[in-house]
Amino acid sequence: MSWSLVFHAIEQGLVFGIMALGVYITFQVLDFPDLSVDGSFPLGAAITAKIIFSGGHPLVAIFWAIIGGLMAGGLTAFFHTRLKFTNLLSGILTMTLLYSVNLRIMGKSNIPLLGKITILDNIKSLFPSLTMDQLTPLLFLFIVLLVKILLDYFLSTEIGMAIRATGDNEQMILSLGVDTKITKIIGLCLSNGLVALSGSLFAQYSGFADVGMGIGTIVAGLASVIIGRSIIKNGNIVWMTTSVIIGSIIYRATVMIALRYGYHFGFQPGDLKLISVVLVVIALTFPLVRGRVKAMVMSNDSSSTEKEQ
Amino acid sequence: MLRLRSVYKCFARGTSYEVNALTGINLKIAEGDFITVIGSNGAGKSTLLNIISGTMLPDKGMIRIDNQDVTKKAEHCRAKYIGRVFQDPLMGTAPSMTIEENLVLSIKRYGRGLRLGLNNKRREFFRNKLAELELGLENMLSKKVALLSGGQRQALTILMATMFDPKLLLLDEHTASLDPGISKKIQAITQEIVKEKKLTTIMVTHNMQEALRLGKRTIMMDRGRIILDISGKERENVTIDYLLKQFAKLRKEEYIEDELVLA
Ligand SMILES: Nc1ncnc2c1ncn2[C@@H]1O[C@H](COP(=O)(O)OP(=O)(O)OP(=O)(O)O)[C@@H](O)[C@H]1O
Ligand SMILES: [Mg+2]
Repeated sequence: MSWSLVFHAIEQGLVFGIMALGVYITFQVLDFPDLSVDGSFPLGAAITAKIIFSGGHPLVAIFWAIIGGLMAGGLTAFFHTRLKFTNLLSGILTMTLLYSVNLRIMGKSNIPLLGKITILDNIKSLFPSLTMDQLTPLLFLFIVLLVKILLDYFLSTEIGMAIRATGDNEQMILSLGVDTKITKIIGLCLSNGLVALSGSLFAQYSGFADVGMGIGTIVAGLASVIIGRSIIKNGNIVWMTTSVIIGSIIYRATVMIALRYGYHFGFQPGDLKLISVVLVVIALTFPLVRGRVKAMVMSNDSSSTEKEQ
Repeated sequence: MLRLRSVYKCFARGTSYEVNALTGINLKIAEGDFITVIGSNGAGKSTLLNIISGTMLPDKGMIRIDNQDVTKKAEHCRAKYIGRVFQDPLMGTAPSMTIEENLVLSIKRYGRGLRLGLNNKRREFFRNKLAELELGLENMLSKKVALLSGGQRQALTILMATMFDPKLLLLDEHTASLDPGISKKIQAITQEIVKEKKLTTIMVTHNMQEALRLGKRTIMMDRGRIILDISGKERENVTIDYLLKQFAKLRKEEYIEDELVLA
């Protein structure tokens, strides 16, 4: 295995790690299977590409990408809490609607960013002695850790604990005076905001935004959460978020290896999504993993006997 | 303190499964009262508590707590008045959170903010509170609640329900699913807290002896109605046998009424 492959896996694992943290908030913390992330990831990318392509500053682009993500999450929360749609349908509606929105924002299905000034170029000019290959993973590591620390803090605050309790025992936290509609709104907004941030960074890193780039986001996010949870047992928030990021890196590495060496077995780049689903299925088949991912992903009869550690 | 006026609740109205769970409940409870509620399965005892707490809204009628009309108020808005313990120990706590985190959830009933839920001062406070339960929980602050026994969880739930000095404590057969030994202990803890904080309490129980021994007033429910309401001298002289006979008698009269209606 070459070093460049390792580096790419780490870079991508970190960028997508932010997305995985978003998926962790909905699936694990809130116990809300939110499919809107398949739309909010390309939303972040689309907003970013549009702004940078028209000469805007990358930081401005990132800012609006996050705002877009928050709004996408807010819409899903609106469908669910006000219009009383199920959580699955609410996410599907937002995801589908965002496809059109993203096309509108970009004006076409693909915007290339080659030769444009991205956040990576901005940072590079601050540290001229570093090469791009050194700088990219460092920058992404910095951003992921910043997001992780802020998230750890938030989930330990009184509001953060109320959000966790909403996913853990909704009846209980209602009787303790928490409006679970509000905790769900906060959780969904936060989650999709992070996913859009991830999309924004990925667009700048890979040099394009494409309307189809969000397909399978949810599966990749889930895979990261599941892989992470199977490696790190500790149920403490600080460890959980760490495990999600590590899971994301391992997932990317696995996918890259499968793509790089898979041609021996006749794999094509288009098989990527198939490979990712196979990975999730394999991971979930390990009994030890089942107990640690919330009942959410498993059907009731198989998970009821296994307690969350 | 608590006032219910002609409260009705019907489930699955208009279907063949229609159940009139509450049919015209009138109830007035004074500050500091301790009321025990008995009645056969399906009599509407849990529904009564659900209506008071706001878990369900009544079809008709009015509910006032502390002179505030709360009839249409959502459950989380009433939470500042009410502490609640359910029959199922799993219902009162968040399993994947730690003991101390669960206690954090219970110290405020509104106005939660962006400050850290835990600090050393709060931990110390929780440790002292848990030590009073004498179940050894004070050394397990950072343990997940899922790892506790039913009795331990129920004790924790009682502590959480009363942490905020609620105006009204609702207990729904909260010791019924526990082993006899631990059940006794949990009941003792409950009585101690109720006494110490002088809480107005409604306790549903299947144990007639307990119903007469504890509290100051006993209500018997049957098919959505309050059929017996005794307190003071009358209650002191009542035996379980008398209650059962009374129940059978009232039931019979009702059957006859029903038969007359049907005929
Ligand atoms: N959510 C619901 N939907 C439909 N029917 C319900 C619901 N809750 C209660 N019921 C019905 O209402 C009636 C009263 O139920 P409730 O739970 O209040 O009885 P209970 O007195 O608490 O009985 P138990 O002693 O068995 O706990 C029962 O016939 C029950 O089947
Ligand atoms: Mg009941």
